[in-house]
Amino acid sequence: MVEGLLRLGDNTLVLGQRLSAWCGHAPALEEDIALANIALDLIGQTQLWLGLAGQREGQGRDADRLAYHRDAWDFRNLLLVEQPNRDFGVTMMRQFLFDTWHLEVLKALTGHVDEEVSAIAQKAVKEVTYHRERSTDTIIALGDGTEESHNRMQSALDRLWPYVGEMFDPDDADLTDMATLRPAFDTYLLSTLDEATLTKPDSAFAHLGGKTGVRHTEHLGHMLATMQVLPRSYPDAKW
Amino acid sequence: MVTTRASLDDVWAWLADVPDPEIPVISIVDLGIVRDVAWQGDTLQVTVTPTYSGCPATAVISMEIEAALRAKGIDQIALKTQIAPPWTTDWLSDAGRSKLEAYGIAPPRAAGGPARCPRCQAPEVELISQFGSTPCKAQWRCNSCLEPFDYFKCI
Repeated sequence: MVEGLLRLGDNTLVLGQRLSAWCGHAPALEEDIALANIALDLIGQTQLWLGLAGQREGQGRDADRLAYHRDAWDFRNLLLVEQPNRDFGVTMMRQFLFDTWHLEVLKALTGHVDEEVSAIAQKAVKEVTYHRERSTDTIIALGDGTEESHNRMQSALDRLWPYVGEMFDPDDADLTDMATLRPAFDTYLLSTLDEATLTKPDSAFAHLGGKTGVRHTEHLGHMLATMQVLPRSYPDAKW
Repeated sequence: MVTTRASLDDVWAWLADVPDPEIPVISIVDLGIVRDVAWQGDTLQVTVTPTYSGCPATAVISMEIEAALRAKGIDQIALKTQIAPPWTTDWLSDAGRSKLEAYGIAPPRAAGGPARCPRCQAPEVELISQFGSTPCKAQWRCNSCLEPFDYFKCI
């Protein structure tokens, strides 16, 4: 149970941190505000997931402790969410792939036998429905946009595609069977890509090792260094 | 020791005077985030639900509830956060909806967008961005008076 909760909380934490880096840098004020708001939702969900993980673990670790005082190999997030922001196209493609998966996961978890897991999922599913709506609109607008925006979205999809498979790689630690969510994901993905005039890459190759913690990409450690420096350097800091 | 416990009607009335920190024109009761008040012995338990899970106003709201109740002489207060069932804009009171519109924020509608511009009442409006100045709002624009305005998202 704790492992499954860490996976959910680490996904939202790492992606929330990544998105926060756009604050003040997005291509337009509206995009800036939107990305910061999505990050805020994800960090809020992190507090719930990691809070529950710490409680179930029973070793006195709260959400902050788990977020700021673990090293990269203890993180259980998907490799997809730790990928760097790069350009706005890559950021939004990463968001679209994650949102589409995330929404299916949360819908499944609303029916989880554990009431606290179900409660968090019921809360988060409303927020993530909105996230997916927004990232879908953006993917379509940019994919079916100018030649430049289309090319950037296609190359973003090609770059991130090898990280999709891990989302559905089943193992016992997940709180729901991820493999069963793939058909719904594929249906939504294909219809959106179609509207966006983008082509799904053929390869089924998947990089693995994020959610098991076995092999994160080099990017996670750099991100954590920035995210964790303050509470690690000043352990008594309050905010 | 004999203590007089305030009536729950009074407590609700006091909480109805606590403004939302981000949208001070409506109260936390109008917003529908106070789910329950109940005496448990000499402790007043107030159950609150967050609008959005990451809403930064949540902590401020808890502080304001405590401050308002202490000012009325209630010392023993327990704040309970409840996330299920999740908050919905259906819990926004009718009074709250009218106050929002008068303040310049279009109230939520099941149709997914504002019925009209809260400033000039024109029905020709368009979406600028799905997100606005707080997690609970989106940005729209009136095509008649051309002013941008906030829309309280329907969730």
